[in-house]
Amino acid sequence: MEALRTLIEHYNYVVTILLMVTGLYIMVARSNMVKKLVGLAIFQTSVYLLYLEPAKIVGGTAPILDPDYTVYSNPLPHVLILTAIVVGVATLALGLAIVVRINEAFGTVEEDQIFGPDRDR
Amino acid sequence: MSSVWPHLPILQVVIPLMGAILAAFTRRGATAYAIALAASLALPFVAGAMLWQVLSSGPISYAIGGWEPPFGIEYRVDLLNGFVLLLVSTVGAVIMPFAYRSVGLEIDSGRQAWFYSVYLLCLAGLLGVTITGDAFNAFVFLEISSLATYVLIALGHDRRALLAAYQYLIMGTVGATFYVIGVGFLYLLTGTLNFVDIAARLGDAPPDRINAILAALAFVSAGVSLKLALFPLHAWLPNAYAYAPSMVTAFLAATATKVAVYLLIRLFFSVFGQAVDFAALPVGEIMLLLSIAAMFVASIIAVFETNLKRMFAYSSVAQIGYITLGIGLANQAGLTGSIVHLFNHAIVKAALFAALGCVFFRLGSVSLADISGLGRRMPVTLTAFTVAGLGLIGTPGTVGFISKWYLAVGALDNGSWLLVFLIVASSLIAIVYVGRVVEVAWFRPANSPAVAEAADPPLSMLLPLILLALATIYFGFDTRLTAGVASMAAEMLIGGLR
Repeated sequence: MEALRTLIEHYNYVVTILLMVTGLYIMVARSNMVKKLVGLAIFQTSVYLLYLEPAKIVGGTAPILDPDYTVYSNPLPHVLILTAIVVGVATLALGLAIVVRINEAFGTVEEDQIFGPDRDR
Repeated sequence: MSSVWPHLPILQVVIPLMGAILAAFTRRGATAYAIALAASLALPFVAGAMLWQVLSSGPISYAIGGWEPPFGIEYRVDLLNGFVLLLVSTVGAVIMPFAYRSVGLEIDSGRQAWFYSVYLLCLAGLLGVTITGDAFNAFVFLEISSLATYVLIALGHDRRALLAAYQYLIMGTVGATFYVIGVGFLYLLTGTLNFVDIAARLGDAPPDRINAILAALAFVSAGVSLKLALFPLHAWLPNAYAYAPSMVTAFLAATATKVAVYLLIRLFFSVFGQAVDFAALPVGEIMLLLSIAAMFVASIIAVFETNLKRMFAYSSVAQIGYITLGIGLANQAGLTGSIVHLFNHAIVKAALFAALGCVFFRLGSVSLADISGLGRRMPVTLTAFTVAGLGLIGTPGTVGFISKWYLAVGALDNGSWLLVFLIVASSLIAIVYVGRVVEVAWFRPANSPAVAEAADPPLSMLLPLILLALATIYFGFDTRLTAGVASMAAEMLIGGLR
């Protein structure tokens, strides 16, 4: 019962972890290379949430030095994740570009079909 | 000169970064090559000057943009990363003369400017990971170098290079993301991203936070281990090395995994060392077990490999096993062995893959069956290859012996004769696969017209190879720079442990 309460109180983390394992599962289970990249994107997005959730404080403002405000949210995680999003976009773009080239070279983006004839051993 | 002196740390990253942009703008292969050459040749002097400064007056701390650490990003150079910086930038410089002909053959002329631009980006990323003292900055540089690496691998002439690049992209990104998750935990625990500051604040963390610290440790170790190709996480490496252009393989094999190993050492010893009692955790045992598995399994696969680039890619996995073995031992001699093997393995592998690049330049193949009798046709190349091969095995008088000596002493200090035996036994497997190549190249008759017409490649390709082969022997005798600095760095790291 106690465990269930903890889970419900921290439902945002439950969602984050679900997204994380969903992304990882897609990467492992799917043979379609585009779908794998979708899984990768979901996995990365869950990590953005992991950073952003603790940074939000209910009723907190931006850290401005003013006697009227006493509760602040930390802006640094948002900045970090902005950087991580840029990295994620670049990775996804490059990944898709490579998949386009693979499609041109092999005529398919299904790993099952590619690794049939071109398996290394 | 004196005005440049305090800004050396940032120059180490800015020179290749600016070079990359310039090279991309030129759009002409030859001009881009000149820029890449100039940038690569300048870097070892910067790194050397910094290491000298560290040796004479202690660690350098550089505040980016004047924002004092721990609030701003700090570039921090001490003995350990000063040494790794010198290694990476020197390999980058030595390999550049080799690149001109090799890249000219293997990359379409329309893509050469992009190639050099991406190569400089990769170099900037690797140097950035090494020099930075900020956990998140390390992630950004890690991804800069990784993204550049995926592109470099995908430029290989074989279509399987694309698959290798894709596979590496998926696994590499998962690794980097695991690292970010770990850094996220550390940031939640300490409110800081500066390595030194994290270590100080973790040190007096309340005992009920130990689970979170261990979770952070687990995530960053798994993430970085993927990048350095620790044994069961090495699946991306053999194909990536086998199908990348020759120059890229020589460069990556010598630098990319080494930088990841450096990051692991930094995290284990400098960041977590204070807060976590490693003796109470099975970290050392796990590292030893995986290292030994790497040393044997990967070496045995290498024995049965017929594509020479794949053979020595598997050998790289095995050699990384030796490096992580020293980390697992975590004593003075073992860690010295690890750090010195970073350097020694880098020059040996750069030499081996450069030699294979020369073979590919003449034959268009690196398959074992095709090099039969090649020794008499390409004597200089194959002699350098054989010398580097002896270094890989660990013959006395070569660099490999020095590293294995320190590792064996480290194993003895832990009272483990079994480990000493395993180190020697795995070296014997290296004799088998290096011996196979040497036997086929020197003692079999030439059986194809391509071999009969082959000759040593032009001097620009030969010179870096000879230099690396000579270094294999030189640093096997004169260990003042390598083992000297490594031993001081190991002392510093062990001193930081709880």
